[in-house]
Amino acid sequence: MRPFSYQRATDASSAVQALAAAAGANDVLTEAAAQPLAGGTTLVDLMKLDVMRPTAVVDINPLASTWSAIALDGGNLRLGALARMSDVAANSEIQRSYPVIADSLKLAASQQLRNMASLGGNVLQRTRCSYFRDVSYGNCNKRSPGSGCAALEGVNRSHAVLGTSEQCIATYPGDFAQALIALDATIEITGKSGVRSMPFAQLHEQPGKSPHIETKLVPGELISGFTIAGQWPRSVYLKARDRQSYEFALASAAIALDVEDGLVRDARVALGGVATTPWRAHEAEALLKGQKFDDGLAQRAAEAAFAGARARQHNAFKIALGKRVVARALHQAVAMEV
Amino acid sequence: MTDNPEFQNASGFNRRTFIAAAAGTAVAPLTARGAGSASDNLSPQDASLPVNATLTVNGGNKSLTIDPRTTLLDALREHIGLTGSKKGCDHGQCGACTVLVDGRRVVSCLTLALAAEGQQILTIEGLARGTALHPMQQAFVDQDAFQCGYCTPGQIMSAVACVKEGHAANDDEIREYMSGNICRCAAYPNIVAAVKQAAPAILSEKG
Repeated sequence: MRPFSYQRATDASSAVQALAAAAGANDVLTEAAAQPLAGGTTLVDLMKLDVMRPTAVVDINPLASTWSAIALDGGNLRLGALARMSDVAANSEIQRSYPVIADSLKLAASQQLRNMASLGGNVLQRTRCSYFRDVSYGNCNKRSPGSGCAALEGVNRSHAVLGTSEQCIATYPGDFAQALIALDATIEITGKSGVRSMPFAQLHEQPGKSPHIETKLVPGELISGFTIAGQWPRSVYLKARDRQSYEFALASAAIALDVEDGLVRDARVALGGVATTPWRAHEAEALLKGQKFDDGLAQRAAEAAFAGARARQHNAFKIALGKRVVARALHQAVAMEV
Repeated sequence: MTDNPEFQNASGFNRRTFIAAAAGTAVAPLTARGAGSASDNLSPQDASLPVNATLTVNGGNKSLTIDPRTTLLDALREHIGLTGSKKGCDHGQCGACTVLVDGRRVVSCLTLALAAEGQQILTIEGLARGTALHPMQQAFVDQDAFQCGYCTPGQIMSAVACVKEGHAANDDEIREYMSGNICRCAAYPNIVAAVKQAAPAILSEKG
């Protein structure tokens, strides 16, 4: 690991000042000289691998006293960005009113990592693409722009089939982000000039020609919270993976439904493990809305969700698997007693 | 290494005190260079300088002079001489380095030592009461819950937390909530049995 200076933030303004001060005008967030430290489960790991090379680390954990609240207020939910995954997963109100959130967190990582990792850091976690994580591979457009992509013709079993480009096919690895995007969450961002908010769906950037730009955040900005309007008791997170526990998704689905007398009044479908960013399947939602639910409808929605999928040599199975995950998750959501 | 009671009290050389002494020699130049401090204000500091830190480990304070890159795991093993916590993968994937920080299990290999200042750190060495093994330690012995033993300190620390969190109600739940601790010898059935054996005694403790 390369040397860095360690600074402990005492409040939000000192944290964003320290992060912004170290940044150059054109810095990409992930390449910025100063990086915020929350749980450290991504940052410290990637610093050891020499993938991330900050010269300053700003410990923002002291902000947890104000940024870690879980608040259900008037039917709306606010989650502080420094709330830990395990605490949100174990919250009984979240389990009751937003099972898709509780399950997406509970089915991710291990309890040790969930105890450490913050929600803000979780949505910003970096891809698990083995060529990105191993600096002995020279070709990674995400790590060094313009260098090429070793995964395109390499071992790409775990790579994405949606949202890919000729420059990058790295999978977005998280689970919680699928729940957020399905529920139309808003993120609250704290920066030097105050607080702004943004639909969570706009946070992540597809790789396109610039895979090194992963989000719309700029150096000196921190995610401070998430808000979700309304409640979604009929919601599920279904995750298919190589192991039953402690493994990233090969394909996952976050589903939230409003169903009355077998009629789908509203439907939210998001996909994980198969796309380069948190992925909302609007085509599937459009098919479901206003229809009587049956297995045929579930299958058609699943087909629609993957209509634009494009496989590489080793990951075509994800398209078949992903459709089955969507269909099964829809059945599970409809069958829930809420 | 003067703050390592195991080293101070050693009546003769065994493998562990010998390794601890060697580690102490290796880190001595860091201390000699003088130290900055992990400041609470955000003044920039020279990243090449070691800093002073105080860790609270197993109820006692340890004053250290460390490089900011030092993980909690390396601070415990190389600077304090507590080698019970093991380094398996060093990337948060195996759980061998699991310790409790303010009562919560974490992987110490991805925790910066400086970020753990001011928190209560409990390692495998702090679990027994005198010569009486902790119920989870005794259960691992009784159930033969290991072969090579390398993952065992992490398994035991994780298992103690698993029970206290209320995640040891049945075999499936124990397997799910112990999945962050990998056992290369595959002693998993016996580990599940050990967690089940120790759970009632741990849950009946006050606090």
